[in-house]
Amino acid sequence: MRWIWIDKFIEFNSGQNAVAIKNVTMAEDHLHDNFPGFPIMPECLMIEAMAQTAGILVGQARNFKEKVILAKINKAVFFHYVRPGDTIKIHASIVSIAPEAASTSGKITCGDETIGEIDLMFSHIDQNLAGKQFPQENFVFTDLFAVVLRASGIDAPGLGAAQ
Amino acid sequence: MAMSRDEIFKEVQGVLVDALGVDEEEVTPEAKLMGDLGAESIDFLDIVFRMEKAFGLKIPREELFPAENIITNKDYISNGKLTHLGIEELRKRMPHTDFNAFVDDPSISKIGDLFTVDVLVNFVEGKLK
Repeated sequence: MRWIWIDKFIEFNSGQNAVAIKNVTMAEDHLHDNFPGFPIMPECLMIEAMAQTAGILVGQARNFKEKVILAKINKAVFFHYVRPGDTIKIHASIVSIAPEAASTSGKITCGDETIGEIDLMFSHIDQNLAGKQFPQENFVFTDLFAVVLRASGIDAPGLGAAQ
Repeated sequence: MAMSRDEIFKEVQGVLVDALGVDEEEVTPEAKLMGDLGAESIDFLDIVFRMEKAFGLKIPREELFPAENIITNKDYISNGKLTHLGIEELRKRMPHTDFNAFVDDPSISKIGDLFTVDVLVNFVEGKLK
């Protein structure tokens, strides 16, 4: 996760749940292609927004010591479009967390409408089953993420610079 | 009241349908989690999480799926196969598992076949006793 796709956290309960917001704007190039004359936020980028929100929640639960990687999309269903000018809220909760992995459940809302429901699984990749080694520095949680947390008024440790 | 084996099976079946996106009919007692139901490594953790919730149990991963500790031990592996010692160790750690077919060809690549739906049911049955 080396790019930021959420704007701010508005709730953050360590180890439990978080809510982030994202403002969708016509300044995003891809909206001009998805679709020409009918700009809507691609569902895959809503999954990315959830992966960042839930991934940071999972990472913070272990004080960003683990490299948290999206491993599985258990559920992704969408009910409504998101259009330029909309502000979406990304609600994520930790369902289970263990030394090796975590599962999260979440929904995306816009105003009173539920836009989608997204459940994910994350792997703590240093604890992987095959015993595979990864670089020591935490390439997942770079300082980019600490900036988002701090800008949201949430304590964040000094994380490494983005590579 | 204690759950019957049938009730445990139904619950395990639901867990696997949700975790692996398979149809209920595919989840037979003999079905292999990897070979028949397409489970990958992350799915095993998903299954553990879901079974913990479904049965109110705490399941250490290595208790239900202990094989990875064995295949990294040199005493237990020779030429890509489990040694006699390795098989005995695995048998000890997986008392809920049927090893009859495995002992004929104890290749590491066949270890995945040991994990059947029945093994999960046996494991939960043992835990709930």
